[in-house]
Order: sequence, then structure tokens, then C-alpha cells
Amino acid sequence: MKRGALAIGLIFYTVLSHAQQVKPVKYEKLHQLINAITDTTYVINFWATWCAPCVKELPNFIELQKQYKADKLKVLLVSMDFRSKLETSVEPFVEKRNIPLEVYLLDEKDQGSVIDKIDESWSGALPGTLIINNNQSYRKFYERDFTYDELQQAYLSSKK
Amino acid sequence: MKKLALIALLALFSVSAFAQGYKVGDKAIDFKLKNVNGKTVSLADYKSAKGFIVVFTCNHCPYAKAYESRIMDLDKVYSAKGYPVIAINPNDPTTYPEDSFDNMKKRSSEKKYTFPYLVDDTQAITKAYGATKTPHVFVLEKTLNGNIVEYIGAIDNDTEGGDANKIKYVENAVNALLMNKKPETTMTKAVGCGIKWKSI
Repeated sequence: MKRGALAIGLIFYTVLSHAQQVKPVKYEKLHQLINAITDTTYVINFWATWCAPCVKELPNFIELQKQYKADKLKVLLVSMDFRSKLETSVEPFVEKRNIPLEVYLLDEKDQGSVIDKIDESWSGALPGTLIINNNQSYRKFYERDFTYDELQQAYLSSKK
Repeated sequence: MKKLALIALLALFSVSAFAQGYKVGDKAIDFKLKNVNGKTVSLADYKSAKGFIVVFTCNHCPYAKAYESRIMDLDKVYSAKGYPVIAINPNDPTTYPEDSFDNMKKRSSEKKYTFPYLVDDTQAITKAYGATKTPHVFVLEKTLNGNIVEYIGAIDNDTEGGDANKIKYVENAVNALLMNKKPETTMTKAVGCGIKWKSI
């Protein structure tokens, strides 16, 4: 039993320490993720380390994942920082703040070309958040920042 | 109940009208905004202009900074050809003190801007144009029917810079207009800093 607890502890440890890595992704990979048919609700936040309102609302996304950990909910962060800033800005930022979420960096030189593909209503202003549940055909993009209450409302309205 | 539905509908309509701003082909309103030298600037002041490169930009945004020298170059090349750059800072400086009028003055004199750098205090012009982020460009062509929007979007498709094969959207649009043609690409998107709206 103790050994089992230890094993679980180790798994958690591995998951947590891995979670701090920032994975560069091409749009294609993100597209597969966004369009995967699953009953998991994805809350995907587009942000950047230099974007003050983005940084301010990040704890709300961490909190959402924490509060609804029993739900089929996955909160992802997608950094729109330049690829050249991955090691110098984004990874140190994520590490320093101990962000327990999966963090990606959109590795596209021409970021503008993928904005419409992520959501046509998005002008490209940061921050932006996409909430999707493909099993429920639910998809909503928010070009705005959130307080925790507002984010919670946005998430809960995807479940109605 | 009916009244409520009507109000809701109206609210929805005004929100969407507000969110849309100009589309290509729309007539852009002129403005009277304060420049960093203290004088006001209007499009009508530019008697011999053929059009305008209106850029919503600001001091604090890293994407605006990344494009700053390219905005300066646009004015250097196209002002003489009849398409001056008009820069407008749309941000509420209470959110970003770096975007204050004093800091705008500082920035424009340090960098020796050759174009006006205006402040949209009420944010009314920003809303009318439908700018949502910085930098956000509107290329206008002066016609007998007013200033017509001919291009909306990004300066090029290479924010970070360094791509020799970048597509220079604004240059292409203005070059086309200078040859009395319509721009091939009239709408693009780019990642930018969301405009900080004043709380009402």
C-alpha cells in the first residue's frame, strides 16, 4: 500500500515537473488537438509573457483547472511569444511561476496566418481564450481577459 | 417582456456594430486629435495627400515596438508619394503609464518620428475605425467621396523580422493604389496587444 502511494507520488512528481516544459507546436498539431472528437472540454488560453493582462489572468486558469479537476476539463496555455524567446523568456517564466498546466508555444513565423484558423472572430489581440467541447459541438472564442468569476461563468456556460 | 427583448436585441446590435468597425470600401471619418507637439491634426489638413497610412500603435506593446522602425520607414518612403503615416495611440494610459501623453512625446522625439503621433483621448476614433489591437493599420485612399478604407490589418507577415521573403502587406496595398489599382490583399490579421479601453 505504501509502495503504491509512493508510486503514485512519483507519477505526480513526474507529471508536475514535466508540466513545466514548454512545447513548441506547429499549428497543425494544435489543430488536431482543437478538433479532436472527445468529451473533454478544452479551455485554451492564448497569451504572451510580455502581455500584462494575459499574465494577470493566468492564475485564474490555474484555479479553474484546480477547482474542476473532477470534470473532464483540460486547461491549456498557448504562448504567442516569438519562437526565439522560448528558452530566454517563456520557459523561465513558466518555471518561476510553477505553472501546473500544459504550456505550448505556437511555433509559426507567420502567426497572423493561423489566427483565422483558430477562430474567425479573433482579431489577433491578446489575450484570447477558446472553449471547446467537440462532442457537444460547443465552440466559443473570447477576445478579452477574465476575472476568475467571469472565467468560471464562461466555462460553466459550455456545460449547459 | 416584449420591451425587454427589444432592448436585448438593440444592445446586441449596438455591440456587434461597435465590434465590427470599418470594412474595406467604407468611408472613414476624419478626426481632430492632439499631436505630441500640442497641435491638433486632421486628415483634411493634408491638402495634397493622395491617401493615408493610419496606424493605431502605442509605446508599451512589444509588437508595436517590433514594428516601430518599419512604421518610420513607411512614412519616409510613402509620405513623399502622397501617403503619409498618421499614428494614433488608442490606449488608456491608466492601464499602461508608458502610453501616457508625456511618454508619447518622449518616444517620438527620441526616435525622431517624421509623422504625427496622436492621442485618441475619448477612444471614439479607435472605436469608429474598429481597431482592436496595436499595431493595427488602415490604408485610406482620398477620393471625391471622402477617405475610403482600402486595406485593414498588419504591416507584413513577419512581426519578429528577419524573413527576407516576408509579404509587405501595407507597401503592396499603397503601391497598388499609387498605380490606380485596388490592393490584391485587403484584409490581414496579426497578433497584437489588445487595446486597453477606458472603463465607462
